Amino acid sequence: MWNLARQLAALGVLGINRRNADFTLAHNPRRLYPLVDNKLQTKSIAAQAGIPIPELYGVIETEYQVRHLPELLSKHPDFVIKPARGSGGDGILVIAGRAHDRYRTVSGYTITQDELAHQVFDILSGLYSLGGLSDQAMIEYRVQFDPIFEPITYHGAPDIRIIVYLGVPVMAMLRLPTRASNGKANLHQGALGVGLDLATGATLATAVCRQEILMEHPDTGDSLDGLEIPHWEDLLRLAARCYEVSGLGYLGVDIVLDRFKGPLLLELNARPGLAIQIANGAGLLPRVRLVDECHQALDGVEARLAFAREHFAVSS
Amino acid sequence: MNKLHLYLLALGLTAVGLALFVYKALVLNFPLVPGEVSEIWKVETKITFAALNEPIKVSVYLPRYTAPYVVTDEAFVSRGYGISTTTDEVNRQAVWTIRKARGQQTLYYQAEVRRVDQKEPLTAPQPPKIEKPRWEGADLAAAESLVAEIRRKSADTESLVANLFRLLNLPQADHNVQALLARQASESAKVDLATQLLALADIPAWVVHGVHLKEDKEAALVHWLEVFDGKQWRAFNPATGGPGVPKDFLPWWRGPYPLVQLKGGERLHVVLSATRNLEEAIESAVVRGRLTKPFLQKFSLLSLPVLSQKVYRVLLMVPVGAFLLVILRNVIGLSTFGTFMPVLIALAFRETHLLGGVILFSLMVGLGLIVRFYLDYLKLLLVPRLAAVLIVVVILMVLVSMVTHKLGWETGLSVALFPMVIMTMTIERMTIVWEERGPAEALKQGVGSLLAAALIYLVIHNRHVQHLVFLFPELLLVLLAGTVLLGRYCGYRLLEMPRFRALVKGKS
Repeated sequence: MWNLARQLAALGVLGINRRNADFTLAHNPRRLYPLVDNKLQTKSIAAQAGIPIPELYGVIETEYQVRHLPELLSKHPDFVIKPARGSGGDGILVIAGRAHDRYRTVSGYTITQDELAHQVFDILSGLYSLGGLSDQAMIEYRVQFDPIFEPITYHGAPDIRIIVYLGVPVMAMLRLPTRASNGKANLHQGALGVGLDLATGATLATAVCRQEILMEHPDTGDSLDGLEIPHWEDLLRLAARCYEVSGLGYLGVDIVLDRFKGPLLLELNARPGLAIQIANGAGLLPRVRLVDECHQALDGVEARLAFAREHFAVSS
Repeated sequence: MNKLHLYLLALGLTAVGLALFVYKALVLNFPLVPGEVSEIWKVETKITFAALNEPIKVSVYLPRYTAPYVVTDEAFVSRGYGISTTTDEVNRQAVWTIRKARGQQTLYYQAEVRRVDQKEPLTAPQPPKIEKPRWEGADLAAAESLVAEIRRKSADTESLVANLFRLLNLPQADHNVQALLARQASESAKVDLATQLLALADIPAWVVHGVHLKEDKEAALVHWLEVFDGKQWRAFNPATGGPGVPKDFLPWWRGPYPLVQLKGGERLHVVLSATRNLEEAIESAVVRGRLTKPFLQKFSLLSLPVLSQKVYRVLLMVPVGAFLLVILRNVIGLSTFGTFMPVLIALAFRETHLLGGVILFSLMVGLGLIVRFYLDYLKLLLVPRLAAVLIVVVILMVLVSMVTHKLGWETGLSVALFPMVIMTMTIERMTIVWEERGPAEALKQGVGSLLAAALIYLVIHNRHVQHLVFLFPELLLVLLAGTVLLGRYCGYRLLEMPRFRALVKGKS
């Protein structure tokens, strides 16, 4: 164990204690947490700053409003219902279309209007929210995923997680839902994480699923190596801008890539997970230390992006 | 946020805490280990006799010069008797009197004595004037020849007394001894003879009667000799003739007379008993300190009423539990339901003990989960659902108590001590984790919580830990310092390392 700890320290792997003490506690003021914990607030500050987001169709705030749900939904053939203060991708319902008077989910099931309403009630009562507080249900645009993800996605929404430290993107990964993760893109639920080269947006040879290093998608069997994320420049810029928008020094930015609309900000995370290090086969500490040394000199988004692409590129 | 500031704070807290601790331990002699040198004995004299329907007078010797013990409390129990106490140079005596009494009479004298370890003896009385023994003729000749013999063989008082007892203790008694001492003489008669022989040799001596403090139903009376060597009294053990007597002998009275003298009654029966009071073992340190250093007892929880002391005995364990929890969660990386739930559960284990507690807790949570899953089927809203689970938890507590009581398992009654709100939240959280992350994760966290509770229980119910924290609450400052330092512990958690193992493997 001691030996393992020394090896991890040598690689600069960031542990939970240090992340909490030196990064989230030190750089993320508590008063800013509601901005990221509540996705409605995230959406609103992002929209003000001109950052593209999935369009918000409507918000259900009280049990009473649930009766207006059918009217609200009738305008949209497909949509996503999610809790505004949800965590870990729980409580998200993705409706891909309709079959008669039922809704069809992306997984191929159909659910009735009542079941849909019950899901909304659960969200409102705080079943999925942090700390069990009462919540709001938001209904938004269902992202049409970029075709590049088709061979490597199993029923769900792939997204890109970028860790931004003091405005500089320091590490990124592609998160792919698997059969085990039940369509969710959260690593601890079994999703697949693939490391990304910050300079080019190309996938690295390392991918992590349930703490194991993989070379191909566990469900589709397709190779994960050598894929290049389109619009990489825009993606990085979007992530870097979230620093100013949120005020959080240590930030996880989740971005989806829409076939038509390009990169859209999905959510921000004030306590991003640490598994991204496994996916990238690298520790976060050397990178954030470098940013600590140089960030004074970096003026503006473009300078920070250039710094990230120069220093955090994978030399291969 | 300055690390130096943190270290200085921790250092300051530790310094203050340890300084107080060391002062109390070394200067005030607070015992570091429970019941170490603390001894309190309740000594009881029970006197029974049959009254002869005439004025009764009962004289009882009371403990007076009792080093190394001190009498801290005493009580006389009798019905209808007048009581007075008198003292002469060496003894204290209580006299019970009554004009008329009939039938069986019972009188009690109770004394609480505490050990005081003092090097110098308590001020001993000056020796009484030596009374020449009333021997005549052959007896006197035998005694004088004995004295001459032991004088010849000894250099000082010590060896003289040793020689005297060697002679008296011979299995085949010397003819001179036979003349003075009956064949089956009691121990006290033997010591009495020794004092008379010493008086003949112009050495002041007397018999000391005392109690052997042992945890026995009936305490044995023991007798030994005290000899005045010109400066002070010295004790000699009649069995060996050597100086000194065992430390657990409580000196009671001195002189040739029996403990109880009765006038106006018959069939006198005296029973002495001694019991050790374990529960007050700590308090004795303070009383003892008060006797020797009366002004140094300011920083002590022991000045509180006994009832509050009991509360604090439990409350002071909470910080210890919390500190352990910090280690378990932030250094080990154990995941538990709720931050302090294991501490409260560990406190509840106080009455049930470990095995019973684990069984009861698992039973309660298991039953609660079943009910909670059923409630889930009813699709209740959050707050009513929580309230329903709480009500069910209370009902389950009542049922478990009744069933285990019927089965004769009295530990089951302690289920009432489980914090019910904490149980409710545990059940609720466990259900949610069960649904969202699967039964494996729910059970993992459940077992983690139980493991943490069990570990904390083992520590906070350790007699030594309780004793230390209760007697030295300033140690909480040290605990606080440790907690503050752990608050900036940035190393890996033991249980998070395996998940990064793949990273190391990939690199090498």
